Amino acid sequence: MSLSPVLDLAEIAPAFADPTRESQAIFRRVMDAMARPGTLYDLPFAPDAPDGLDRAAGAVALTLFDFETPVWLDPALAGGPAERWLRFHAGCPLTADPLQAAFALVTDLAAAPVLAAFNQGDAKYPDRSTTLVIQLPALTGGPRVTLRGPGIKDEASLTLAGLPDGFWAQVQANHETFQFGVDLIFAADDRLTALPRSTRVIIKGD
Amino acid sequence: MPVQSVVEAPAERRRWLSILAKAPASEVTAAWDGLAQRPGYRALRAPEIGMVLVRGRMGGAGDAFNLGEMTVTRAAVRLDSGETGIGYVAGRDRRHAEIAAAVDAMMQSPDLRPAVEGAIVARLARAQDERRDTAARKAAATKVDFFTMVRTRSPA
Repeated sequence: MSLSPVLDLAEIAPAFADPTRESQAIFRRVMDAMARPGTLYDLPFAPDAPDGLDRAAGAVALTLFDFETPVWLDPALAGGPAERWLRFHAGCPLTADPLQAAFALVTDLAAAPVLAAFNQGDAKYPDRSTTLVIQLPALTGGPRVTLRGPGIKDEASLTLAGLPDGFWAQVQANHETFQFGVDLIFAADDRLTALPRSTRVIIKGD
Repeated sequence: MPVQSVVEAPAERRRWLSILAKAPASEVTAAWDGLAQRPGYRALRAPEIGMVLVRGRMGGAGDAFNLGEMTVTRAAVRLDSGETGIGYVAGRDRRHAEIAAAVDAMMQSPDLRPAVEGAIVARLARAQDERRDTAARKAAATKVDFFTMVRTRSPA
């Protein structure tokens, strides 16, 4: 965990205008998204985020990160305005070690470590695994996968765009190790959806 | 974003932040409202109330111990001209914290500094000195000098 002592405030952008209400509204949507995998949620009131972050990913980060949650930042964000923005507004410590991370903020999935490299939780506390917030170019328009599992009546589907090859296989492996595993939140522009480790993903052709 | 041309010696900024933090909210508010022109600003961090653990050292040199928690309100604002100021004040007065942050930002701007240096910072400092002085004089007036008679036993 590291937190360099001096934070230059000169270029930090504002975040929530009303942190309590806005973060509660966003938390509610994140919770709903986790409970209903495959459903997309809009965050029209998310504040503008600094360069490199979309509004939804920024709003989820502000809502979930705090002084008790070590955050792993994507190399694309580390050291940039998004890092300073999160440190100032969320007050979160940063970590370079994916195993130490309570949250990971990923904007370039192809360059990020595999899901299994993040904290998978332990037998006593499987909830202590890393939750990844993954920013994508779009939540629709990509290849279709079918979802089954808790929170889904019969079947649901997702057509996330911009996923690297082999990503869905990683998600399947992540489900196989249940109760261990990471949970995923996908964000693009001002929308989000979530994929908890309990969801079984069926790739077409399986 | 304009480059901040004045980089204050930390000690000097500490001094005015301390004055703003310790002044009573009513004095700060009155001084602010008395300004002829107040710059526009927006909240970077809206005033929020929290607690700070105050630690102390016995005699200023002993081991650190936890004295207790105090209520603190903090805010950060950005002036329309680009300067960023922070305010941490004792108590729960949101407006106090916001004004402290705005004054801190103005003190960092060569253009705006003259407007607040005398009218707010120096004025609050004077009021604090006077209060300290009065208290010191009151204490001095009722001072009791204790002395101990030392009875030396004369050698037998």
